[in-house]
Amino acid sequence: MPLEYVGILREHEAVRTRVGMFDVSHMAEFQVGGPGAPAFLDAAVTNWPSRLAVGQALYSPMCRPDGGTVDDLLVYRLAAERFWLVVNAANHASDWQWLAALAEDWAGVERVDVSADTALIAVQGPDSLAVLEPLAEIPLAAILSYHFVADARIAGVPALIARTGYTGEDGFELYVAAEDAESVWQTLFERGVLPIGLGARDTLRLEARLPLYGHELSAAISPLEAGLAPFVKWDKGDFVGRDALARQQAQGLRRRIAGLVVTGGIARAGYPVLAGEGGEPIGLVTSGSHSPTLKEAIALALLPTDLASPGTALAVRIRDRAVPATVVRTPFYKRGKKGAATV
Amino acid sequence: MNIPEDLQYTREHEWLGKDGRIGITDYAQEALGDVVYVELPEVGRVLKPGDIFGVVESVKSASDLYSPTGGTVIRVNPALADHPELVNQDPYGSGWIMELAEPAGGDLMDAAAYRRQVGA
Repeated sequence: MPLEYVGILREHEAVRTRVGMFDVSHMAEFQVGGPGAPAFLDAAVTNWPSRLAVGQALYSPMCRPDGGTVDDLLVYRLAAERFWLVVNAANHASDWQWLAALAEDWAGVERVDVSADTALIAVQGPDSLAVLEPLAEIPLAAILSYHFVADARIAGVPALIARTGYTGEDGFELYVAAEDAESVWQTLFERGVLPIGLGARDTLRLEARLPLYGHELSAAISPLEAGLAPFVKWDKGDFVGRDALARQQAQGLRRRIAGLVVTGGIARAGYPVLAGEGGEPIGLVTSGSHSPTLKEAIALALLPTDLASPGTALAVRIRDRAVPATVVRTPFYKRGKKGAATV
Repeated sequence: MNIPEDLQYTREHEWLGKDGRIGITDYAQEALGDVVYVELPEVGRVLKPGDIFGVVESVKSASDLYSPTGGTVIRVNPALADHPELVNQDPYGSGWIMELAEPAGGDLMDAAAYRRQVGA
């Protein structure tokens, strides 16, 4: 996946206002099956996979015993005892090993790495339904957000069609056999769907405040600190990281990820956040960019909780200068209701 | 690629005009992608050839700007504050970055030599 095809700003705008497609085949897919699979996954991740209906998907962090984050992933329930986990490419090998170690304590859990055989094309934007509908043999509008059809077809080839994505827009993700990916991509391209690169993928997800592993989530940043409390299910019984997360919750979070609007430069990952323009370093920018939609510099930063309330005036050190930054509510961008399934 | 004959160039892809105006080349703006912020020098600052005088930020990266020559900054392009995209749209015209008084020195090449450098 290149950084850009025709320019990050044009690609970003295409997804916000029309439709674009991402070749995200680098994402890794693990099939987890067997009679023990539902309970195993409930123990492995913080969300509640066993409560999914067949044909439904969820987003979940996966934690270490100390509450730090191993990865964030999507879980698709293909059958009562068969799931797909879609994990970050950078964590492909480490996630596989992590799950293998956890599975040693479980009976009736089979795992298969299907990444090499699976390609993933994400089609995102308000026009994605209109573009894909004629290429599918089923009514795509009937697929609700975070639902999918596993035995569908797209552009004449077998596909798992899911209403998921990573842009803050309505859209679909098409899982197809690796050897079919090129023909699907070509068909979409001929229908005017603009290819989108990594650069716009990052600005789109940042505006929508979707976390990126290694930035807003890491071994040192828990899902609670990242603002992902809705994806941690306390009522389901034990899971890896539960005790540490419960302690964080009970003691109150010392720090959390918050949004910043920055004036006078672009704040990028790793830049120090200061307690005002002459102030001490208090945190770090985890992701930052120019926002093509808002036309200003935005960032996410890990801040002490008492300095993370909207309206707080802070600063970011950009090279040798301290520039003003204000804490704002997130997401920075939220799509309108029109024609969109709700998340 | 546009490389005007009447300008001088540096290895770092800045151009210098006879009037002391300085900007980045067409090649540079193309390589950077969409410019979204330009950090300008203060008027009155005295620069030596090769000094870093500012930064051009695209969506994905920040690139230092090196002064092609020495002199005192007498003007910066006020339009870039609201319209950094001028650097992409018109790098030798309305996308100029700063102007030096009495420019002197520096390791400069003519248009033909710069064209060879960028393989145009």
